[in-house]
Amino acid sequence: MKHFREIGAYFLMLGQVFRRPTKGSVLRELIFKEVEELILNSLGIVVFISFFVGGVVSIQTALNIDSPLIPDLLVGFATRQSVILEFAPTFISIVMAGKIGSFITSSIGSMRVTEQIDALEVMGINSLNYLVFPKIIALLFYPFVIGIAMFLGIFGGWVATVYGGFSSSAAFIEGIQSKFIPFHLVYAFIKSFVFAFILATVPSFKGYYMTGGALEVGKASTTAFVWTSVIIILANYVITILLLS
Amino acid sequence: MIRVKHLHKQFGETSILKDISTDFQQGKTNLIIGGSGSGKTVFLKCLLGLYSPDGGQIYYADRLLSDMDNNARKQLRQKIGMVFQGGALFDSMTVEENVMFPLRMFTDMSHQEMLHQVNEVLSRVNLNEANKKFPSEISGGMQKRVAIARAIVNNPRYLFCDEPNSGLDPKTAMVIDNLIMEITQEYNMTTIINTHDMNSVMEIGQNIVFLEHGCVAWEGDSTTIFNAEKQEVLDFVYSSNLFKKIRDIQRQK
Ligand SMILES: Nc1ncnc2c1ncn2[C@@H]1O[C@H](COP(=O)(O)OP(=O)(O)OP(=O)(O)O)[C@@H](O)[C@H]1O
Ligand SMILES: [Mg+2]
Repeated sequence: MKHFREIGAYFLMLGQVFRRPTKGSVLRELIFKEVEELILNSLGIVVFISFFVGGVVSIQTALNIDSPLIPDLLVGFATRQSVILEFAPTFISIVMAGKIGSFITSSIGSMRVTEQIDALEVMGINSLNYLVFPKIIALLFYPFVIGIAMFLGIFGGWVATVYGGFSSSAAFIEGIQSKFIPFHLVYAFIKSFVFAFILATVPSFKGYYMTGGALEVGKASTTAFVWTSVIIILANYVITILLLS
Repeated sequence: MIRVKHLHKQFGETSILKDISTDFQQGKTNLIIGGSGSGKTVFLKCLLGLYSPDGGQIYYADRLLSDMDNNARKQLRQKIGMVFQGGALFDSMTVEENVMFPLRMFTDMSHQEMLHQVNEVLSRVNLNEANKKFPSEISGGMQKRVAIARAIVNNPRYLFCDEPNSGLDPKTAMVIDNLIMEITQEYNMTTIINTHDMNSVMEIGQNIVFLEHGCVAWEGDSTTIFNAEKQEVLDFVYSSNLFKKIRDIQRQK
């Protein structure tokens, strides 16, 4: 029952986010700031994780197929498939639910408990539009982050394979290029857009409607992370059934 | 003018405001006094529309607040300045940006003009050395003054202050009190101030509402309060040792 009420409140919030827009010049500035905080400041961790996890994916594939009957190009092929289909869009999004998500919840939540949101409302500003809309716009750049993760994941796989001596560079690259289905990229980017929207709005919702003090802000960030990941995983499931099966 | 009729507000089962009716005059400093927890902040937030009342009416110059649509409310709120009890400064912005915020949102001034106005109000609240600092880098009393500057920078028609001078030293508190009274008269604003500071009561109490147990227990001004017939009011006034001593000395004469 409580969850149904929350879902209702979430959609009502979305309605408010797109109503009564903030003054253009101010909004532009807010969007730039969010792009910096949510997108640019996340690149470091994304680069780091993608490179090394891509490497691990290819090493494990290589180790599991030491049968001479299976061609070497499978390593590149398997790395590409898992990085593009799951690792980059989904795994990175779960990590981002921790990074961006808890940042959003705690920043909006602390504005709530220190009455900064009330101060916005008293001035006649639509605080939901002011706080959440720029985040949604900024996260339209999120698929670029996923694109970078894809590239670096595969690159990390190549580095690990070639320098680990598992197969030749030529075989790996041939693997990357074999049986490529462009729709898989479309599928991955559609997922990324959906996840971006979830990443922007679910933690905002948790922060905006929280009550209490500093302790509750910490708790809200934790629940926001849990809920954002759960919703991303469920959305992933649904999108995969709809688009791939 | 703001008129309140039979205002009622409860949280869960507890009624915080039971039946409040009063008028707040234009061009005057209206004070709401009462002990801690008597519902002053809740009352102010009902007036602002931050809490929706469970009963009663609030009129802004004869317009019923609950009848206003979103647009009308937005229009009204742009004419409201509010000083929150905790300051509620935007902590991602510097002092200067905080004070400039209402101007940026609601006027078409150039940056130069805004800066000029910001510096002017900051000097009115005796704060000229902190423009580029963030709220976390200044003292509580300074934050209060920034909050006051932000509330008055856009010349509001209605000014609400929730304990504007708690946490200020007596001298600055007096400056702030006088500033609020000055601009109230200068711009003919309707000003409502929550306080439990007897100095403010004496200094700027042009119209005083005493809240107790969710009701208006007494109304008057800074001269009549010392002879109020209500024991609760007298208890409140003479809870300070200084006033008690003065009363005793006067009695001895
Ligand atoms: N959001 C809320 N939910 C539930 N109860 C509340 C809420 N806000 C205030 N109260 C209760 O209402 C009562 C009045 O609180 P209020 O903050 O208005 O007091 P106050 O007169 O402003 O006191 P102070 O002088 O200490 O600021 C308190 O008992 C408080 O517990
Ligand atoms: Mg209070």
